Amino acid sequence: MQLSFDEERLNGVVSAPALPPFSDKVIAFLNDLSSVLMKTGRAFSDVVTFAYWCRKAALTKAKENYTDLDQRLGRGVVFHIAPSNVPVNFAFSMVSGLLAGNKNIVRLSSKPFAQVDIIADAIEKVIDESYPEFKDYIYLLRYDHSDEITAKLSAVADTRVIWGGDATIATIRRAPLKARANEITFADRHALCVMSADAYNAADNKDQVILKFYNDTYFSDQNACTSPRIVVWTGEGIEEAKKDFWDRLGQKTEKDYHIEPVQIVGKLSMLMEASTAEPLHLKTSLNAPKLMVAETEKIDDRLMEFKYNSGYFYEYSTQDLTDILPLCDTRCSTIAYYGDVADKLLKVVRDSGCPGVDRIVPLGTTMDFSLRWDGYDLIISMSRFIGVN
Amino acid sequence: MIDDFFELEPYALAREEKHKLLSSRLNELTRQHYGKCPQYKAMCDAIGFVPEDDTPYEELPYLPVSLFKKLDLMSVPREEIFKTMTSSGTSGQAVSKIYLDRETSSLQQKTLVKIVSSFTGANRMPMIIIDCPSVVKNRAMFSARGAGILGFSMFGTKKIYALDDDMNLNLDELKEFLSEHKDEKILLFGFTFMIWQHFYKELLKIDPMTLDLSNAVLIHGGGWKKLVSEQVSAEDFHKRLEEVTGLHDIHDYYGMVEQTGCIYMECECGHLHASNFSDVIIRDPKDLTVCEPGERGIIEVVSSLPQSYPGHCLLTEDEGTVLGEDDCPCGKKGKYFKVHGRLKNAEIRGCSDTYAAKF
Repeated sequence: MQLSFDEERLNGVVSAPALPPFSDKVIAFLNDLSSVLMKTGRAFSDVVTFAYWCRKAALTKAKENYTDLDQRLGRGVVFHIAPSNVPVNFAFSMVSGLLAGNKNIVRLSSKPFAQVDIIADAIEKVIDESYPEFKDYIYLLRYDHSDEITAKLSAVADTRVIWGGDATIATIRRAPLKARANEITFADRHALCVMSADAYNAADNKDQVILKFYNDTYFSDQNACTSPRIVVWTGEGIEEAKKDFWDRLGQKTEKDYHIEPVQIVGKLSMLMEASTAEPLHLKTSLNAPKLMVAETEKIDDRLMEFKYNSGYFYEYSTQDLTDILPLCDTRCSTIAYYGDVADKLLKVVRDSGCPGVDRIVPLGTTMDFSLRWDGYDLIISMSRFIGVN
Repeated sequence: MIDDFFELEPYALAREEKHKLLSSRLNELTRQHYGKCPQYKAMCDAIGFVPEDDTPYEELPYLPVSLFKKLDLMSVPREEIFKTMTSSGTSGQAVSKIYLDRETSSLQQKTLVKIVSSFTGANRMPMIIIDCPSVVKNRAMFSARGAGILGFSMFGTKKIYALDDDMNLNLDELKEFLSEHKDEKILLFGFTFMIWQHFYKELLKIDPMTLDLSNAVLIHGGGWKKLVSEQVSAEDFHKRLEEVTGLHDIHDYYGMVEQTGCIYMECECGHLHASNFSDVIIRDPKDLTVCEPGERGIIEVVSSLPQSYPGHCLLTEDEGTVLGEDDCPCGKKGKYFKVHGRLKNAEIRGCSDTYAAKF
């Protein structure tokens, strides 16, 4: 697949018409893409997850969340800047744009990933074989450092989507957008986990709970924006729950997690550094190489300055969930929960009017992509509403 | 307490005596820093360590060296800080800041003299510094390179720099210097890569033995990272320097700005040695427990000198192996070891922000 910048291709994209959201043709195309990927991408669980998400049945169900689609149209050209270390992310971003009715220009990370090639090849194959008219709706490209190309692509965009953190966003924003264009940015975020001790102690299959937590954290080296950095314990029987939980997680990581020495030293360094910060008063609860846990005496907004990856957690116990509010600033994207606390958490967030927390999701699903992500409804943000009176 | 160390020959103590003396000094330092450096106390408290009198030094808390890049750690009032040493990071990178009061600085110098003179003899010598003079210009902020040069300058009577500030070889001055000190032993000092790049490679372009250094001793440090990438081994380094200059008395050393003074010198058997003043502990990279001799792991260094900053027990980012203890054929007591280089960087997953630099 040719991925270099091409003026003629860009002109084709710009002149193609926008589509209505969730058009039958787009859904049919994505369903065919899904079938191909189920075969060519089956070695990669993230590709399979993406393919599963693109099936007609799943998309038709997602469509039901929207009531005004017959008065909506894609905004036009969406320029997506994909992140460098979550391989399939570009595909979710692009498909969201396509479902909203747009033409999509996707700048792929220059870092090579087999998953990216598999998906790009599948897109090309399905377009060439059955949907030649979609060539102008999906333009994937890859280029090294070039403010010039970024500026050209930004200049034609009606929506720009930037994945990849604060520094990337600042750099890309040097390229101006059209006056009417909008922008969706996915900045550096953090996530929390709230565990109901009663629910955990009562759980029949505790290893299942551990697996969910493991997938939310260790699966991405605890480095995804949605990976919890702190476990907040609440309810009855906290001591019992804590002990069992960390014991089991420790055993799981011993068995399944690979860690490099430099990560162990990095975690130790962060623990030492964080322990000097007032008013945290950290106490190490667990100091195993693959699982380091420090209890903080107080939740302070400084705590998230000291986040680290590869199995580095803070913990805190409380019966008053408003204690977590200092962590719920704009940097907070996600609260994962276990037990019957979702409504309480929503109430805490809404009553306080805190600036952060865009998702409150069950443990084990923090990474599940949804068209409502990080506080944006991607279909609404990438389409326009045509008022008819 | 520290005076006891200076009364001994630097490689005199065998395992048990050394362990006793060093443990007692390191416990003393731990208590001092715990009492005087609030951040150090907070770190000990966080990991549940309570200072006592006789903790074996393998069990004292160790600070990852990278902490000195992030925190200003000192155990004396700021007005007693007499100089600040920095690691030589490349521009844009954070550098370590090491705060020295007069006493710690003087202990460092005395220790360096004690260790180095056991290799070069007590007499000072005419000295060639294989570097450029500008490295030591700013005396308020010492880089690791500058600090090394100034530290070793104590061993020189008359000194010249082998390079000018554009890193060109001062060949004529060097020839003149050598003929002036024809029958004397000469001390050469420099950083391994600088010697290779700006000294050896230049001399290779002219007739061999233009500079006759057969009666010189070379002490060099700073690590092998760049030479490894040019596929130059320690053997190559020795052999090829001898080919062009006749130099054969060559000693590498391992040391770091965070523990200046306590350097680990290479003996004639090619082994790095811990002196009485300090020690290396190799830690298992999987769980940081202490390794057996012969096992490869992360190097912890302990030093009896740091009084003004809590750097007496440090976990480095280097890998090494203890080769033996008290039984090196060179006769020195204490551990001898090998350094393999830096820990390799991990490829971290997740959506971190590594992309921006490429725009």
